[in-house]
Amino acid sequence: MFLVLRRLAQAFLILLGVAAITFVLLYALPADPARMIAGRSATAQTVANIRHELGLDQPLLLQFWHYLTNLLSGNLGRSYAQKTDVWTLIVARLPATLTLMLAGILVEVILGLTLGTIAAIRRGGFVDRLVMMASFVGVSAPQFVVALLLLYVFAVTLGWFPMSGYGTLAHVVLPATTLGVLGAGWYARMVRSAMIDVLNQDYVRTARAKGLSSRRIIFRHALPNAILPIIAMIGIDIGQFMGGVVVVEAVYGWPGIGQLAWQAIQQVDIPIIMGVTLTSALAIVIGNLIADLIAPVIDPRIRTR
Amino acid sequence: MFKSWLRMTTMATVVALAPLSVMAQDAPKQGGDIIVTYKDDISTLDPQIGYDWVNWSMIKSLFSRLMDYEPGTPNLVPSLAESFTVSDDGLTYTFKLRKGVKFTNGREVVASDVKYSIERAVNPKTQGPGAGFFGAIKGFDDVTGGKSETLSGIETPDEGTVVFNLSRPDATFLHVLAINFASVVPKEAVEAAGGDFGKKPVGSGTFVLKDWTIGQKLVFERNKDYFVKDMPHLDSFTVEVGQEPLVALLRLQKGEVDIAGDGIPPAKFLEIKNSADGPKMIVDGEQLHTGYITLNTKVKPFDNVKVRQAVNMAVNKDRITRILNGRATPANQPLPPLMPGYDKSFTGYSYDVAKAKALLAEAGFPDGFETTLYSTNTDPQPRIAQAIQQDLAAVGIKAEVRALAQANVISAGGTEGEAPMIWSGGMAWIADFPDPSNFYGPILGCSGAVAGGWNWSWYCNKNLDARAVAADSMSDPAKGAERTAAWGKIFTDIMADAPWVPVINERRVVAKSLRMGGADNIYIDPTRVINYDAIYVNQ
Repeated sequence: MFLVLRRLAQAFLILLGVAAITFVLLYALPADPARMIAGRSATAQTVANIRHELGLDQPLLLQFWHYLTNLLSGNLGRSYAQKTDVWTLIVARLPATLTLMLAGILVEVILGLTLGTIAAIRRGGFVDRLVMMASFVGVSAPQFVVALLLLYVFAVTLGWFPMSGYGTLAHVVLPATTLGVLGAGWYARMVRSAMIDVLNQDYVRTARAKGLSSRRIIFRHALPNAILPIIAMIGIDIGQFMGGVVVVEAVYGWPGIGQLAWQAIQQVDIPIIMGVTLTSALAIVIGNLIADLIAPVIDPRIRTR
Repeated sequence: MFKSWLRMTTMATVVALAPLSVMAQDAPKQGGDIIVTYKDDISTLDPQIGYDWVNWSMIKSLFSRLMDYEPGTPNLVPSLAESFTVSDDGLTYTFKLRKGVKFTNGREVVASDVKYSIERAVNPKTQGPGAGFFGAIKGFDDVTGGKSETLSGIETPDEGTVVFNLSRPDATFLHVLAINFASVVPKEAVEAAGGDFGKKPVGSGTFVLKDWTIGQKLVFERNKDYFVKDMPHLDSFTVEVGQEPLVALLRLQKGEVDIAGDGIPPAKFLEIKNSADGPKMIVDGEQLHTGYITLNTKVKPFDNVKVRQAVNMAVNKDRITRILNGRATPANQPLPPLMPGYDKSFTGYSYDVAKAKALLAEAGFPDGFETTLYSTNTDPQPRIAQAIQQDLAAVGIKAEVRALAQANVISAGGTEGEAPMIWSGGMAWIADFPDPSNFYGPILGCSGAVAGGWNWSWYCNKNLDARAVAADSMSDPAKGAERTAAWGKIFTDIMADAPWVPVINERRVVAKSLRMGGADNIYIDPTRVINYDAIYVNQ
């Protein structure tokens, strides 16, 4: 309980810091949002009027103060370009983002754990080398190449899955696989090295000497010890995927937060950029918090520390 | 004292133009539901705010205006107006509204709605980009200055009559009443939407917005009560957003999509073009666009006219059209060929490296000089900037290419003394309405050569400005041809000073499925890109 409270207090400070840094960076841009809204035919008077209506003619500190007070009352402000509540726009895209995040993490964890474990057991063998090579490709392949490749093979040529869109389970398979395959590379490598580490420990040797089955050794003794870094990585992935996976969303027409952010950046729509940044910062904090809470459940040694 | 020229205009248009578009194709068929895709989400459908090329055509169809254009042409016709008269001095416009036209909320459109809508466009609280278009209406300065909420120059003597009093003659005023910002909206719906009118639009156009799932799709259904019989032709069109152009094209080839709004990615263009169905799928149309390089007359050495002329001769425009897979034609003057006033006989500066070098030497730069060329950073603009860089290198000019986000380039252009050269690709200039004056003031006139302006050459020629004002005072339609000629001359005379290198006139490409019918010019309509009212499905 104390941990949770302490972490929540930390989270608040982190978010405040993120808000301040993003705010200053965005307003230090040479691009003027009022002029982007006003478009090319506007007179200087129109631009000045828009700047005034948006409060952009006030001192930066005062603007930040207004933003913070609004934020504390749960108001993320209004989009400059879309003239709509930022919160509405983010909430509209949350279900898609969460779905893809969960599905992507599921695929990468299952793939990564399985392949990493097999590679560790068969260390030095053919399977190990194959897995390591595959994970190397996975780690280094650009997202859009994999995304387009899967799209072309499984949607265009074979027609097993829809090409684009959101709504059914079939829609989520390809984007989640793209994310999962790429992420699994990291997971496999991490699980493999952690497993090899653990398998060389004295207690595993003891277990073997006791005559325990190798299945029991791996699943009961080795894996739980090797899994800790994976939990931490999932925590990070939650934050990353929440911030939006722009490329995958673009290829598969997935209506997630990444698309919103990308469009907002091009339009210098500062309230949306701020909103998305804060949401993903919040997700990273929450993801890490969850990881920290789960870790002691799996590894009792952490509890006593 | 007043002369009515409504009949003249409408009759002339109907007789001269309607048969052309009909003859080219079979008669349009009624019915059909189609799917259109775009990469970006639709930002807003508020007609007093929306100002990008995607929402522009949707807003056109959701709302109606006093004036509009004959589909596929730049010809003005009355729309919500039944007739109108213009006073001899060009300062008073009187419109009679069509009777019985209803908003889709059921209420009849009356004169006060027109007044309210235009005041909404001008009111600073709306934060709309279109206020400046209405600058000729009396009382404009009071509203933009915050002194008044109403335009004293708009009177509504009765429910069916709107009178505009102008403070100066404005020959483009009828065009102004046809742009989206002049769309008529019902006050009660705007207020009921509580600032979200852009997501809950109510108008009296050809279509009604039935459903909008943010980030996914918008469904537009036919307005059964639209005041023109048999318009529109489609029962509905669904816009799916967030669709990558390449994927949209694959879906189009499979028959899942009818119109890929973003066109064809450059990498796929030749493949599709050369395929069996290619010619039927690609709509490749001219638009009112010119791509140009601005030469900043306030930055050395571009303050020297000989240097500017030399640069005009140094750029190989044919090669740039090849970079665009031939989707453009080389330009030699600011106006695009489709624009009234374009001078076909004008040849401008031809590509001549030797002559360019000689001119540079004459200007005192036999060994060239160093400078900076700005460009936006989205493909293919940086590649075009590099081509220009190589052309400049051939005459000894070392230009550093600075490819930045659009907002930053616009900002640099509008800062005095900042950007020596800007390649305008991806930003400017497509006309708001088909009148040559729209290519002058903001981008070549003195009024645009201010901080935050779009005249990135910072070129200001008082003599030409005076001629521009004189041309725009000729609001008598009988003098239309004379006025157009005057404008054409202004643009070719500008080229003597060479503040720009007019580079290309880019065409727009839309990909459509084989079942779609209608002439190319309603898929790339000069005033609205895709004309959703006029396109139809061949059953």
